[in-house]
Amino acid sequence: MMMAIEKKVQEGPAPYMNPLLAGILLGVVLLATFVITGHGLGATGFTTRLTAWIGMYVAPVATNANDYLGGMVDEGKPLNAWISWQVFGLAIGALISAFLARRIQFKLDGGKFLGGSKRPWTALIGGILAGFGARVAAGCTSGLGLSGAAVLSLAGFTFLGTFFAVGLLMSRFMKEGQ
Amino acid sequence: MGIILSGLLLGVAFGFVLERAGFGNPNKLTGQFRLTDWSVFKVMFTAIVFAAVGLMVLEHFGLVDASSLFVPPAFLGAAALGGALVGAGFAVGGYCPGTSVVGLMSGRIDAAIFLIGLLLGTVLFAGIYPSIEALTSLGEYAKADTLPDAFNISDIAINIIMIVAAVGIFILGSWMEKKFKGPVSSQEI
Repeated sequence: MMMAIEKKVQEGPAPYMNPLLAGILLGVVLLATFVITGHGLGATGFTTRLTAWIGMYVAPVATNANDYLGGMVDEGKPLNAWISWQVFGLAIGALISAFLARRIQFKLDGGKFLGGSKRPWTALIGGILAGFGARVAAGCTSGLGLSGAAVLSLAGFTFLGTFFAVGLLMSRFMKEGQ
Repeated sequence: MGIILSGLLLGVAFGFVLERAGFGNPNKLTGQFRLTDWSVFKVMFTAIVFAAVGLMVLEHFGLVDASSLFVPPAFLGAAALGGALVGAGFAVGGYCPGTSVVGLMSGRIDAAIFLIGLLLGTVLFAGIYPSIEALTSLGEYAKADTLPDAFNISDIAINIIMIVAAVGIFILGSWMEKKFKGPVSSQEI
């Protein structure tokens, strides 16, 4: 009994999966998504709809009148789309995996490389840049980069090219914290 | 399959694999940009090559109709500008939109803040949309949407080039990871 408890305590988070295996599994999921739905995987399609949905309650007049979000709230159900279910599933899948691997930990992570004590600000500013950029490109790393490259699209590879070039450049300027 | 079930099941598999790979961890994700951890390149390129070759094979046997697949339009200026902004957001914030959800589900508060930023960025975009609408169709390449059409080469040739490139990324990446301390593990705080 004691030994069983001790063993449990000693068991830390499980190691991450080999990248080749994870890549093949991600490829299987991506391929299955194309075969079943005709399009790829995504994320910001949902966050954009979520923005419209929140706007419906917080600022209904402005949201309705908005040229970008107005169309999504016209039928009154901006979240009613395949991508909402996919991102909901994404959250559940990530939770199951993190739980099984004992990798759930409540913490403010990333400060070591991303601003130290200013980590909340780097997270917020990074989110704003990514949110804005994903609307300009009409897709994010998953929706345009990953899925767009899988169908050999020029837009997908163009996105990945500037994504990595600017990411490499910007990370030079990130201050390492304590 | 209904849209609810297919969305949920494919989403669960997507989230499960991303978390398994360590893509809820901002230290690991941004290690790609510091060139100390090449997991992002390795996983993404393997997945792209697998799916691209898989689609080619399925199309060849008539199991998938190529014309029914969604191919993003070639607004290359918009893709380049958006890619640059998402890349900057990734380097500064530690996540991309999808992986921030994975970070949040593994208990990371910074991922929740990133997601709030994501919504604010969307509000900002929508707020000034009429004056920046032209950005979303910037630099249209009218002649083609895909690499095979643009360069007039077969998809088999493109896929072979991509497989060679992916092998190169694994060799280069593993070599550089060894030069540093190896990829970021799940035990590091």
